[in-house]
Amino acid sequence: MKQIAKWKRSAAIMAMLVAVFSVYNYRIYSEMVAADTTLCPEAIHGQELWQQYNCNSCHQLYGLGGYLGPDLTNIYSDPNKGPECIKAMFNAGSRSMPVFHFSETEKKALLAYLNAVDQTGYYPDYKAKIETNGWVNISSK
Amino acid sequence: MKNKTALWFLILGLIALLLGMLFGILSGMQYLLPDFLKALLPFNQMRPLHVTSVLSWIILAAVGGTYFYLSEFEKASLSKRLTSFHFVVYLLTGLAIYGCYFTGHFGGKEYLEFPPVLILPILLGWMLLGSQYFRLMIGKCKTWPVYYWMWATGIVFMVYHLCESYLWLLPSFREHFIKSIEVQWKSGGSYVGSWNMLVYGTAIFLMAKIKADDSIGRSRQAFFFYFLGLTNLMFGWAHHIYIVPTAAWVRYLSYGISMTEWVILLQMIYTWRKSLPTTIVSGHPLALKFLAATDVWIFLNLLLAIVFSIPAINFFTHGTHITVAHSMGSTIGINTTILMASVVFVVSRIDPDFDEKKPRFLLGFRIFNGSLLIFWLSLLAAGIQKSHWMYFTKGTAFSSMQDSLHWCYCIFLIAGIGIFIGLYLVTIPLLKILLKACGA
Repeated sequence: MKQIAKWKRSAAIMAMLVAVFSVYNYRIYSEMVAADTTLCPEAIHGQELWQQYNCNSCHQLYGLGGYLGPDLTNIYSDPNKGPECIKAMFNAGSRSMPVFHFSETEKKALLAYLNAVDQTGYYPDYKAKIETNGWVNISSK
Repeated sequence: MKNKTALWFLILGLIALLLGMLFGILSGMQYLLPDFLKALLPFNQMRPLHVTSVLSWIILAAVGGTYFYLSEFEKASLSKRLTSFHFVVYLLTGLAIYGCYFTGHFGGKEYLEFPPVLILPILLGWMLLGSQYFRLMIGKCKTWPVYYWMWATGIVFMVYHLCESYLWLLPSFREHFIKSIEVQWKSGGSYVGSWNMLVYGTAIFLMAKIKADDSIGRSRQAFFFYFLGLTNLMFGWAHHIYIVPTAAWVRYLSYGISMTEWVILLQMIYTWRKSLPTTIVSGHPLALKFLAATDVWIFLNLLLAIVFSIPAINFFTHGTHITVAHSMGSTIGINTTILMASVVFVVSRIDPDFDEKKPRFLLGFRIFNGSLLIFWLSLLAAGIQKSHWMYFTKGTAFSSMQDSLHWCYCIFLIAGIGIFIGLYLVTIPLLKILLKACGA
Protein backbone atom coordinates (compact mmCIF):
# COMPACT_ATOMS: atom_id res chain seq x y z
CA MET A 1 0.00 0.00 0.00
CA LYS A 2 2.80 2.34 1.01
CA GLN A 3 4.72 1.45 -2.15
CA ILE A 4 1.71 2.17 -4.36
CA ALA A 5 1.31 5.61 -2.76
CA LYS A 6 5.01 6.24 -3.33
CA TRP A 7 4.68 5.17 -6.95
CA LYS A 8 1.69 7.48 -7.48
CA ARG A 9 3.63 10.39 -6.03
CA SER A 10 6.63 9.64 -8.25
CA ALA A 11 4.43 9.31 -11.33
CA ALA A 12 2.74 12.65 -10.54
CA ILE A 13 6.10 14.43 -10.14
CA MET A 14 7.33 12.85 -13.36
CA ALA A 15 4.19 13.96 -15.23
CA MET A 16 4.58 17.49 -13.93
CA LEU A 17 8.27 17.66 -14.89
CA VAL A 18 7.58 16.32 -18.38
CA ALA A 19 4.76 18.86 -18.87
CA VAL A 20 6.99 21.78 -17.86
CA PHE A 21 9.80 20.37 -19.99
CA SER A 22 7.53 20.24 -23.04
CA VAL A 23 6.58 23.92 -22.70
CA TYR A 24 10.22 24.82 -22.07
CA ASN A 25 11.38 22.96 -25.19
CA TYR A 26 8.64 24.51 -27.32
CA ARG A 27 9.76 27.99 -26.26
CA ILE A 28 13.41 27.28 -26.97
CA TYR A 29 12.71 25.73 -30.38
CA SER A 30 10.38 28.52 -31.49
CA GLU A 31 11.97 31.59 -29.90
CA MET A 32 14.21 33.90 -31.94
CA VAL A 33 16.74 36.08 -30.14
CA ALA A 34 17.67 39.54 -31.33
CA ALA A 35 21.32 38.63 -31.89
CA ASP A 36 20.48 35.82 -34.30
CA THR A 37 20.74 36.42 -38.00
CA THR A 38 19.47 34.32 -40.88
CA LEU A 39 22.39 32.70 -42.69
CA CYS A 40 22.46 33.31 -46.44
CA PRO A 41 22.82 30.22 -48.72
CA GLU A 42 26.54 30.90 -49.13
CA ALA A 43 27.03 31.03 -45.34
CA ILE A 44 25.03 27.80 -44.96
CA HIS A 45 27.40 26.18 -47.45
CA GLY A 46 30.28 27.52 -45.35
CA GLN A 47 28.69 25.99 -42.26
CA GLU A 48 28.49 22.63 -44.05
CA LEU A 49 32.19 22.87 -44.97
CA TRP A 50 33.00 23.80 -41.35
CA GLN A 51 31.38 20.53 -40.27
CA GLN A 52 32.68 18.41 -43.18
CA TYR A 53 36.28 19.34 -42.38
CA ASN A 54 35.66 19.20 -38.63
CA CYS A 55 37.17 22.66 -38.10
CA ASN A 56 35.59 22.64 -34.63
CA SER A 57 38.05 20.00 -33.41
CA CYS A 58 40.81 22.65 -33.33
CA HIS A 59 38.95 25.98 -33.46
CA GLN A 60 36.30 27.48 -31.26
CA LEU A 61 33.24 29.63 -31.87
CA TYR A 62 32.11 31.41 -28.71
CA GLY A 63 34.76 29.42 -26.85
CA LEU A 64 33.15 26.11 -27.85
CA GLY A 65 35.34 23.58 -29.65
CA GLY A 66 38.92 22.32 -29.53
CA TYR A 67 41.83 24.31 -28.13
CA LEU A 68 44.63 23.55 -30.55
CA GLY A 69 43.80 26.58 -32.71
CA PRO A 70 42.46 30.05 -31.92
CA ASP A 71 38.83 31.06 -31.40
CA LEU A 72 37.36 32.39 -34.64
CA THR A 73 34.15 34.10 -33.43
CA ASN A 74 35.34 37.61 -34.34
CA ILE A 75 38.25 36.84 -36.65
CA TYR A 76 36.37 38.33 -39.61
CA SER A 77 36.23 41.81 -38.05
CA ASP A 78 39.64 41.57 -36.34
CA PRO A 79 41.66 44.54 -37.65
CA ASN A 80 44.84 42.43 -37.55
CA LYS A 81 43.31 39.45 -39.40
CA GLY A 82 40.21 40.01 -41.52
CA PRO A 83 38.94 38.25 -44.66
CA GLU A 84 42.14 38.37 -46.73
CA CYS A 85 44.29 36.94 -43.97
CA ILE A 86 41.75 34.18 -43.26
CA LYS A 87 41.53 33.33 -46.95
CA ALA A 88 45.30 33.01 -47.16
CA MET A 89 45.32 30.67 -44.15
CA PHE A 90 42.78 28.22 -45.57
CA ASN A 91 45.11 26.50 -48.03
CA ALA A 92 48.47 27.46 -46.54
CA GLY A 93 48.08 25.59 -43.25
CA SER A 94 50.28 26.33 -40.26
CA ARG A 95 52.40 24.53 -37.70
CA SER A 96 49.45 22.46 -36.50
CA MET A 97 46.84 23.14 -39.19
CA PRO A 98 46.79 20.72 -42.11
CA VAL A 99 46.97 22.10 -45.66
CA PHE A 100 43.49 22.10 -47.16
CA HIS A 101 42.66 22.41 -50.84
CA PHE A 102 39.57 24.61 -50.83
CA SER A 103 38.30 26.00 -54.13
CA GLU A 104 37.59 29.74 -54.46
CA THR A 105 33.86 29.06 -54.04
CA GLU A 106 34.50 27.10 -50.85
CA LYS A 107 36.79 29.79 -49.46
CA LYS A 108 34.08 32.40 -50.09
CA ALA A 109 31.49 30.19 -48.43
CA LEU A 110 33.65 29.72 -45.32
CA LEU A 111 34.28 33.45 -45.17
CA ALA A 112 30.53 34.15 -45.47
CA TYR A 113 29.93 31.77 -42.55
CA LEU A 114 32.61 33.38 -40.36
CA ASN A 115 31.22 36.80 -41.25
CA ALA A 116 27.72 35.72 -40.21
CA VAL A 117 29.01 34.30 -36.91
CA ASP A 118 30.96 37.51 -36.28
CA GLN A 119 27.78 39.57 -36.57
CA THR A 120 25.99 37.69 -33.77
CA GLY A 121 28.14 38.95 -30.87
CA TYR A 122 31.52 39.08 -29.16
CA TYR A 123 33.90 36.48 -27.83
CA PRO A 124 35.84 37.19 -25.70
CA ASP A 125 33.34 39.84 -24.64
CA TYR A 126 35.45 42.66 -23.21
CA LYS A 127 32.41 44.93 -22.90
CA ALA A 128 30.41 42.50 -20.76
CA LYS A 129 29.32 43.82 -17.38
CA ILE A 130 29.76 41.66 -14.29
CA GLU A 131 27.14 42.33 -11.62
CA THR A 132 27.50 41.96 -7.87
CA ASN A 133 25.06 38.99 -7.80
CA GLY A 134 27.41 36.99 -10.01
CA TRP A 135 25.41 37.55 -13.20
CA VAL A 136 27.11 38.71 -16.40
CA ASN A 137 25.36 41.00 -18.86
CA ILE A 138 26.83 40.17 -22.23
CA SER A 139 27.03 42.94 -24.80
CA SER A 140 25.31 42.84 -28.15
CA LYS A 141 26.38 44.05 -31.57
CA MET B 1 24.74 -17.47 -17.92
CA LYS B 2 23.07 -18.45 -21.19
CA ASN B 3 23.03 -15.10 -22.91
CA LYS B 4 26.65 -13.93 -23.18
CA THR B 5 25.91 -10.76 -25.19
CA ALA B 6 26.04 -8.57 -22.08
CA LEU B 7 29.64 -9.72 -21.59
CA TRP B 8 30.45 -8.91 -25.23
CA PHE B 9 29.24 -5.34 -24.62
CA LEU B 10 31.68 -5.11 -21.71
CA ILE B 11 34.52 -6.60 -23.79
CA LEU B 12 33.90 -4.11 -26.58
CA GLY B 13 33.65 -1.32 -24.00
CA LEU B 14 37.02 -2.19 -22.46
CA ILE B 15 38.64 -2.35 -25.93
CA ALA B 16 37.12 1.08 -26.73
CA LEU B 17 38.56 2.40 -23.46
CA LEU B 18 42.07 1.17 -24.33
CA LEU B 19 41.80 2.60 -27.86
CA GLY B 20 40.38 5.87 -26.54
CA MET B 21 43.33 6.31 -24.18
CA LEU B 22 45.75 5.47 -26.99
CA PHE B 23 44.21 8.09 -29.29
CA GLY B 24 44.23 10.50 -26.34
CA ILE B 25 47.98 10.03 -25.88
CA LEU B 26 48.59 10.52 -29.61
CA SER B 27 46.43 13.70 -29.53
CA GLY B 28 48.48 14.94 -26.58
CA MET B 29 51.67 14.31 -28.57
CA GLN B 30 50.30 16.56 -31.33
CA TYR B 31 50.02 19.42 -28.84
CA LEU B 32 53.74 19.07 -28.13
CA LEU B 33 54.98 18.04 -31.58
CA PRO B 34 52.67 19.66 -34.18
CA ASP B 35 54.13 17.58 -37.03
CA PHE B 36 53.62 14.27 -35.22
CA LEU B 37 51.41 12.06 -37.46
CA LYS B 38 50.07 15.27 -39.05
CA ALA B 39 50.16 13.81 -42.56
CA LEU B 40 48.58 10.50 -41.50
CA LEU B 41 46.11 11.46 -38.78
CA PRO B 42 45.89 15.21 -38.17
CA PHE B 43 44.31 16.53 -34.98
CA ASN B 44 40.89 17.04 -36.62
CA GLN B 45 40.78 13.24 -37.12
CA MET B 46 42.60 12.22 -33.95
CA ARG B 47 40.36 14.17 -31.55
CA PRO B 48 37.05 12.60 -32.66
CA LEU B 49 38.72 9.16 -32.61
CA HIS B 50 39.69 9.78 -28.99
CA VAL B 51 36.36 11.27 -27.90
CA THR B 52 34.18 8.70 -29.69
CA SER B 53 36.20 5.78 -28.30
CA VAL B 54 35.97 7.03 -24.74
CA LEU B 55 32.27 7.83 -25.02
CA SER B 56 31.74 4.36 -26.53
CA TRP B 57 33.38 2.86 -23.44
CA ILE B 58 30.89 4.66 -21.20
CA ILE B 59 27.86 3.71 -23.29
CA LEU B 60 28.90 0.09 -23.94
CA ALA B 61 29.86 -0.57 -20.31
CA ALA B 62 26.62 1.00 -19.05
CA VAL B 63 24.46 -0.90 -21.55
CA GLY B 64 26.33 -4.18 -20.99
CA GLY B 65 25.96 -3.77 -17.23
CA THR B 66 22.22 -3.09 -17.58
CA TYR B 67 21.69 -6.23 -19.68
CA PHE B 68 23.79 -8.32 -17.25
CA TYR B 69 22.04 -7.09 -14.12
CA LEU B 70 18.59 -7.54 -15.63
CA SER B 71 19.27 -11.15 -16.51
CA GLU B 72 21.22 -12.01 -13.35
CA PHE B 73 19.28 -10.19 -10.65
CA GLU B 74 15.80 -9.80 -12.10
CA LYS B 75 15.99 -13.21 -13.81
CA ALA B 76 14.54 -11.41 -16.81
CA SER B 77 14.49 -13.50 -19.97
CA LEU B 78 16.19 -11.15 -22.41
CA SER B 79 15.68 -11.97 -26.05
CA LYS B 80 18.97 -13.45 -27.22
CA ARG B 81 18.19 -12.46 -30.79
CA LEU B 82 17.45 -8.80 -29.98
CA THR B 83 20.40 -8.41 -27.61
CA SER B 84 22.78 -9.93 -30.15
CA PHE B 85 21.28 -7.75 -32.89
CA HIS B 86 21.87 -4.70 -30.68
CA PHE B 87 25.50 -5.72 -30.18
CA VAL B 88 26.10 -6.32 -33.90
CA VAL B 89 24.47 -2.96 -34.77
CA TYR B 90 26.79 -1.13 -32.35
CA LEU B 91 29.85 -3.08 -33.47
CA LEU B 92 29.24 -2.31 -37.15
CA THR B 93 28.32 1.33 -36.43
CA GLY B 94 31.49 1.73 -34.40
CA LEU B 95 33.58 0.32 -37.24
CA ALA B 96 31.79 2.59 -39.74
CA ILE B 97 32.49 5.65 -37.54
CA TYR B 98 36.17 4.69 -37.21
CA GLY B 99 36.30 4.24 -41.00
CA CYS B 100 34.83 7.72 -41.54
CA TYR B 101 37.26 9.34 -39.10
CA PHE B 102 40.30 7.55 -40.51
CA THR B 103 39.38 8.68 -44.02
CA GLY B 104 38.42 12.23 -42.96
CA HIS B 105 34.67 11.95 -43.60
CA PHE B 106 32.77 14.13 -41.18
CA GLY B 107 29.57 16.14 -41.39
CA GLY B 108 28.19 16.20 -37.85
CA LYS B 109 28.60 18.62 -34.96
CA GLU B 110 31.05 18.44 -32.07
CA TYR B 111 31.15 15.02 -30.30
CA LEU B 112 28.92 13.51 -33.02
CA GLU B 113 31.20 14.42 -35.93
CA PHE B 114 30.39 11.35 -38.05
CA PRO B 115 28.10 11.66 -41.10
CA PRO B 116 24.57 12.27 -39.73
CA VAL B 117 23.10 9.07 -41.21
CA LEU B 118 25.09 7.03 -38.65
CA ILE B 119 22.95 8.34 -35.81
CA LEU B 120 20.14 6.07 -37.06
CA PRO B 121 21.73 2.74 -36.01
CA ILE B 122 22.79 4.36 -32.73
CA LEU B 123 19.17 5.34 -32.07
CA LEU B 124 18.03 1.87 -33.13
CA GLY B 125 20.34 0.38 -30.49
CA TRP B 126 18.85 2.56 -27.75
CA MET B 127 15.36 1.59 -28.86
CA LEU B 128 16.29 -2.09 -28.78
CA LEU B 129 17.54 -1.68 -25.22
CA GLY B 130 14.42 0.33 -24.33
CA SER B 131 12.04 -2.19 -25.86
CA GLN B 132 13.56 -5.03 -23.85
CA TYR B 133 13.83 -3.00 -20.66
CA PHE B 134 10.24 -1.83 -20.67
CA ARG B 135 8.85 -5.16 -21.89
CA LEU B 136 10.50 -6.97 -18.99
CA MET B 137 10.30 -4.34 -16.27
CA ILE B 138 7.19 -2.23 -16.79
CA GLY B 139 4.97 -4.75 -15.00
CA LYS B 140 6.98 -4.22 -11.83
CA CYS B 141 7.25 -0.44 -12.10
CA LYS B 142 5.11 0.20 -9.02
CA THR B 143 7.84 -1.34 -6.89
CA TRP B 144 10.87 -0.05 -8.77
CA PRO B 145 13.81 1.08 -6.65
CA VAL B 146 15.38 4.35 -7.75
CA TYR B 147 18.04 2.75 -9.99
CA TYR B 148 15.39 1.19 -12.23
CA TRP B 149 13.78 4.62 -12.57
CA MET B 150 17.19 6.02 -13.44
CA TRP B 151 17.86 3.41 -16.11
CA ALA B 152 14.40 3.93 -17.61
CA THR B 153 14.88 7.70 -17.61
CA GLY B 154 18.38 7.39 -19.08
CA ILE B 155 17.14 5.28 -21.99
CA VAL B 156 14.11 7.47 -22.82
CA PHE B 157 15.96 10.77 -22.53
CA MET B 158 18.94 9.44 -24.48
CA VAL B 159 16.65 8.74 -27.44
CA TYR B 160 14.98 12.15 -27.13
CA HIS B 161 18.18 14.18 -26.82
CA LEU B 162 20.03 12.30 -29.54
CA CYS B 163 17.12 13.15 -31.86
CA GLU B 164 17.21 16.74 -30.62
CA SER B 165 20.92 17.00 -31.39
CA TYR B 166 20.05 16.56 -35.07
CA LEU B 167 17.46 19.33 -35.24
CA TRP B 168 20.14 21.33 -37.03
CA LEU B 169 19.28 19.27 -40.12
CA LEU B 170 16.02 21.25 -40.30
CA PRO B 171 16.31 24.58 -42.16
CA SER B 172 14.66 26.57 -39.34
CA PHE B 173 17.56 25.61 -37.05
CA ARG B 174 20.40 25.38 -39.57
CA GLU B 175 19.74 28.87 -40.91
CA HIS B 176 20.08 30.50 -37.47
CA PHE B 177 23.51 30.21 -35.92
CA ILE B 178 22.58 31.17 -32.35
CA LYS B 179 19.52 28.91 -32.21
CA SER B 180 21.51 26.08 -33.74
CA ILE B 181 24.39 26.37 -31.24
CA GLU B 182 21.90 26.74 -28.37
CA VAL B 183 20.06 23.53 -29.27
CA GLN B 184 23.36 21.75 -29.95
CA TRP B 185 24.58 22.44 -26.41
CA LYS B 186 21.16 21.88 -24.88
CA SER B 187 21.02 18.39 -26.38
CA GLY B 188 24.71 17.73 -25.69
CA GLY B 189 24.40 18.68 -22.02
CA SER B 190 21.28 16.59 -21.68
CA TYR B 191 22.47 13.42 -23.38
CA VAL B 192 25.46 13.51 -21.04
CA GLY B 193 22.88 13.79 -18.24
CA SER B 194 21.04 10.82 -19.75
CA TRP B 195 24.06 8.50 -19.75
CA ASN B 196 24.81 9.76 -16.23
CA MET B 197 21.37 8.46 -15.24
CA LEU B 198 22.47 5.01 -16.46
CA VAL B 199 25.91 5.24 -14.84
CA TYR B 200 24.75 6.67 -11.50
CA GLY B 201 21.92 4.15 -11.49
CA THR B 202 24.58 1.47 -11.86
CA ALA B 203 26.49 2.96 -8.90
CA ILE B 204 23.43 2.83 -6.66
CA PHE B 205 22.60 -0.67 -7.90
CA LEU B 206 26.14 -1.81 -6.99
CA MET B 207 25.91 -0.23 -3.56
CA ALA B 208 22.63 -1.98 -2.90
CA LYS B 209 23.96 -5.36 -4.05
CA ILE B 210 27.34 -5.17 -2.30
CA LYS B 211 25.65 -4.08 0.89
CA ALA B 212 22.87 -6.63 0.29
CA ASP B 213 20.37 -3.97 1.30
CA ASP B 214 17.92 -2.72 -1.30
CA SER B 215 16.59 0.04 0.97
CA ILE B 216 19.35 2.33 -0.29
CA GLY B 217 17.50 2.56 -3.60
CA ARG B 218 14.08 2.91 -2.03
CA SER B 219 14.51 5.73 0.47
CA ARG B 220 12.66 9.02 0.20
CA GLN B 221 16.04 10.74 0.00
CA ALA B 222 17.09 8.60 -3.01
CA PHE B 223 13.95 9.62 -4.92
CA PHE B 224 14.34 13.27 -3.93
CA PHE B 225 17.85 13.30 -5.39
CA TYR B 226 16.71 11.40 -8.47
CA PHE B 227 14.11 14.04 -9.29
CA LEU B 228 16.59 16.80 -8.58
CA GLY B 229 18.98 15.12 -11.02
CA LEU B 230 16.25 14.84 -13.61
CA THR B 231 15.46 18.54 -13.22
CA ASN B 232 19.14 19.25 -13.83
CA LEU B 233 19.14 17.05 -16.90
CA MET B 234 16.17 18.97 -18.32
CA PHE B 235 16.98 22.57 -17.41
CA GLY B 236 20.56 22.78 -16.12
CA TRP B 237 22.60 22.68 -19.32
CA ALA B 238 22.97 26.37 -20.19
CA HIS B 239 26.19 26.96 -18.22
CA HIS B 240 27.86 25.71 -21.43
CA ILE B 241 26.63 28.79 -23.26
CA TYR B 242 26.41 31.60 -20.66
CA ILE B 243 28.54 33.68 -23.01
CA VAL B 244 26.45 33.05 -26.16
CA PRO B 245 23.75 35.70 -26.77
CA THR B 246 20.78 33.36 -26.26
CA ALA B 247 17.60 34.35 -24.39
CA ALA B 248 18.57 35.54 -20.90
CA TRP B 249 15.75 33.58 -19.18
CA VAL B 250 17.28 30.27 -20.33
CA ARG B 251 20.60 31.17 -18.76
CA TYR B 252 18.99 32.58 -15.57
CA LEU B 253 17.04 29.36 -15.10
CA SER B 254 20.12 27.26 -15.61
CA TYR B 255 22.16 29.40 -13.22
CA GLY B 256 19.61 28.64 -10.52
CA ILE B 257 19.64 24.88 -10.78
CA SER B 258 22.82 23.81 -12.56
CA MET B 259 25.35 21.40 -11.21
CA THR B 260 23.52 20.19 -8.13
CA GLU B 261 23.69 16.80 -9.87
CA TRP B 262 27.07 16.13 -8.30
CA VAL B 263 25.72 16.73 -4.80
CA ILE B 264 23.22 13.99 -5.38
CA LEU B 265 25.60 11.11 -5.78
CA LEU B 266 28.10 12.39 -3.24
CA GLN B 267 25.40 12.42 -0.60
CA MET B 268 24.23 8.92 -1.50
CA ILE B 269 27.67 7.33 -1.63
CA TYR B 270 28.70 9.12 1.57
CA THR B 271 25.65 7.82 3.40
CA TRP B 272 26.22 4.34 2.04
CA ARG B 273 29.89 4.12 2.95
CA LYS B 274 29.31 5.35 6.46
CA SER B 275 26.94 2.50 7.14
CA LEU B 276 28.81 -0.24 5.28
CA PRO B 277 29.76 -3.18 7.56
CA THR B 278 33.40 -4.19 7.13
CA THR B 279 32.59 -7.87 6.61
CA ILE B 280 30.61 -7.05 3.51
CA VAL B 281 33.18 -4.53 2.27
CA SER B 282 35.86 -7.23 2.21
CA GLY B 283 33.75 -9.15 -0.32
CA HIS B 284 34.45 -6.74 -3.18
CA PRO B 285 37.62 -4.82 -2.31
CA LEU B 286 38.49 -3.67 -5.84
CA ALA B 287 34.94 -2.64 -6.78
CA LEU B 288 34.77 -0.79 -3.48
CA LYS B 289 38.09 0.95 -4.13
CA PHE B 290 36.79 2.28 -7.44
CA LEU B 291 33.55 3.46 -5.82
CA ALA B 292 35.55 5.13 -3.05
CA ALA B 293 37.64 6.87 -5.74
CA THR B 294 34.36 8.06 -7.26
CA ASP B 295 33.70 9.86 -3.96
CA VAL B 296 36.94 11.81 -4.24
CA TRP B 297 36.44 12.68 -7.90
CA ILE B 298 32.87 13.80 -7.31
CA PHE B 299 34.10 16.05 -4.54
CA LEU B 300 36.81 17.65 -6.72
CA ASN B 301 34.56 18.07 -9.75
CA LEU B 302 31.72 19.29 -7.57
CA LEU B 303 33.93 22.06 -6.27
CA LEU B 304 34.97 22.97 -9.80
CA ALA B 305 31.40 22.80 -11.11
CA ILE B 306 30.01 25.00 -8.35
CA VAL B 307 32.71 27.57 -8.94
CA PHE B 308 32.20 27.85 -12.67
CA SER B 309 28.44 27.62 -12.61
CA ILE B 310 28.58 31.20 -11.31
CA PRO B 311 28.40 33.29 -14.49
CA ALA B 312 30.96 35.83 -13.23
CA ILE B 313 33.52 33.05 -12.85
CA ASN B 314 32.34 31.12 -15.89
CA PHE B 315 33.06 34.28 -17.87
CA PHE B 316 36.79 33.73 -17.23
CA THR B 317 36.90 29.94 -17.31
CA HIS B 318 34.77 29.39 -20.42
CA GLY B 319 36.80 28.49 -23.50
CA THR B 320 39.79 27.43 -21.41
CA HIS B 321 41.24 24.11 -20.30
CA ILE B 322 39.35 24.46 -17.01
CA THR B 323 36.25 23.28 -18.90
CA VAL B 324 38.27 20.32 -20.18
CA ALA B 325 39.45 19.56 -16.62
CA HIS B 326 35.80 19.35 -15.61
CA SER B 327 34.68 17.21 -18.54
CA MET B 328 37.66 14.85 -18.40
CA GLY B 329 37.64 14.81 -14.60
CA SER B 330 34.00 13.74 -14.75
CA THR B 331 34.21 11.18 -17.55
CA ILE B 332 37.41 9.60 -16.26
CA GLY B 333 37.17 10.24 -12.53
CA ILE B 334 33.46 9.60 -12.06
CA ASN B 335 32.03 7.63 -14.99
CA THR B 336 35.06 5.40 -15.47
CA THR B 337 35.52 4.58 -11.79
CA ILE B 338 31.83 3.62 -11.45
CA LEU B 339 31.89 1.54 -14.64
CA MET B 340 35.18 -0.13 -13.65
CA ALA B 341 33.55 -1.07 -10.33
CA SER B 342 30.65 -2.47 -12.35
CA VAL B 343 32.91 -4.55 -14.63
CA VAL B 344 34.85 -5.86 -11.62
CA PHE B 345 31.56 -6.79 -9.96
CA VAL B 346 30.37 -8.61 -13.10
CA VAL B 347 33.69 -10.45 -13.44
CA SER B 348 33.55 -11.54 -9.79
CA ARG B 349 30.06 -12.97 -10.47
CA ILE B 350 31.10 -15.00 -13.49
CA ASP B 351 34.44 -16.18 -12.10
CA PRO B 352 34.28 -17.26 -8.43
CA ASP B 353 38.10 -17.60 -8.37
CA PHE B 354 38.64 -13.99 -9.41
CA ASP B 355 41.02 -12.40 -6.93
CA GLU B 356 40.32 -8.68 -6.49
CA LYS B 357 43.26 -8.36 -4.09
CA LYS B 358 45.99 -9.04 -6.66
CA PRO B 359 48.91 -6.57 -6.22
CA ARG B 360 48.64 -5.74 -9.94
CA PHE B 361 45.16 -4.25 -9.36
CA LEU B 362 46.26 -2.16 -6.40
CA LEU B 363 49.26 -0.87 -8.38
CA GLY B 364 47.07 -0.04 -11.39
CA PHE B 365 44.49 1.64 -9.21
CA ARG B 366 47.11 3.83 -7.53
CA ILE B 367 48.86 4.79 -10.77
CA PHE B 368 45.47 5.61 -12.34
CA ASN B 369 44.31 7.90 -9.54
CA GLY B 370 47.67 9.58 -8.97
CA SER B 371 48.08 10.25 -12.70
CA LEU B 372 44.51 11.52 -13.02
CA LEU B 373 45.10 14.03 -10.22
CA ILE B 374 48.22 15.39 -11.97
CA PHE B 375 46.39 15.37 -15.32
CA TRP B 376 43.49 17.33 -13.82
CA LEU B 377 45.75 19.86 -12.09
CA SER B 378 47.80 20.43 -15.27
CA LEU B 379 44.59 21.25 -17.14
CA LEU B 380 43.55 23.69 -14.42
CA ALA B 381 46.96 25.37 -14.61
CA ALA B 382 46.74 25.58 -18.42
CA GLY B 383 43.22 27.01 -18.13
CA ILE B 384 44.27 29.71 -15.67
CA GLN B 385 47.15 30.69 -17.95
CA LYS B 386 44.91 30.80 -21.03
CA SER B 387 42.29 32.88 -19.23
CA HIS B 388 45.01 35.31 -18.17
CA TRP B 389 46.12 35.55 -21.80
CA MET B 390 42.54 36.16 -22.99
CA TYR B 391 41.58 38.88 -20.52
CA PHE B 392 44.73 40.39 -19.02
CA THR B 393 47.28 40.56 -21.83
CA LYS B 394 46.99 42.42 -25.04
CA GLY B 395 48.75 41.84 -28.32
CA THR B 396 50.27 38.46 -27.43
CA ALA B 397 49.78 36.06 -30.32
CA PHE B 398 47.84 32.82 -29.87
CA SER B 399 50.91 30.79 -30.87
CA SER B 400 52.99 32.50 -28.14
CA MET B 401 50.34 31.65 -25.58
CA GLN B 402 50.37 28.01 -26.76
CA ASP B 403 54.18 27.96 -26.52
CA SER B 404 54.00 29.26 -22.97
CA LEU B 405 51.76 26.29 -22.11
CA HIS B 406 54.38 23.80 -23.31
CA TRP B 407 55.28 22.69 -19.78
CA CYS B 408 51.59 22.14 -18.93
CA TYR B 409 51.16 19.99 -22.02
CA CYS B 410 54.28 17.96 -21.10
CA ILE B 411 52.88 17.17 -17.65
CA PHE B 412 49.44 16.55 -19.17
CA LEU B 413 50.89 14.02 -21.63
CA ILE B 414 53.00 12.18 -19.03
CA ALA B 415 49.99 11.99 -16.70
CA GLY B 416 47.85 10.75 -19.61
CA ILE B 417 50.34 7.94 -20.18
CA GLY B 418 50.12 7.19 -16.44
CA ILE B 419 46.30 6.91 -16.68
CA PHE B 420 46.75 4.51 -19.59
CA ILE B 421 49.25 2.34 -17.69
CA GLY B 422 47.08 2.29 -14.56
CA LEU B 423 43.91 1.29 -16.39
CA TYR B 424 45.82 -1.15 -18.61
CA LEU B 425 46.99 -3.04 -15.51
CA VAL B 426 43.39 -3.39 -14.31
CA THR B 427 41.71 -3.86 -17.68
CA ILE B 428 43.74 -6.67 -19.26
CA PRO B 429 43.00 -9.36 -16.61
CA LEU B 430 39.32 -8.39 -16.69
CA LEU B 431 39.29 -8.65 -20.47
CA LYS B 432 40.91 -12.10 -20.34
CA ILE B 433 38.29 -13.42 -17.92
CA LEU B 434 35.41 -11.95 -19.94
CA LEU B 435 36.80 -13.41 -23.18
CA LYS B 436 37.24 -16.81 -21.52
CA ALA B 437 33.67 -16.69 -20.23
CA CYS B 438 32.48 -15.99 -23.76
CA GLY B 439 34.51 -18.92 -25.06
CA ALA B 440 36.74 -16.70 -27.17
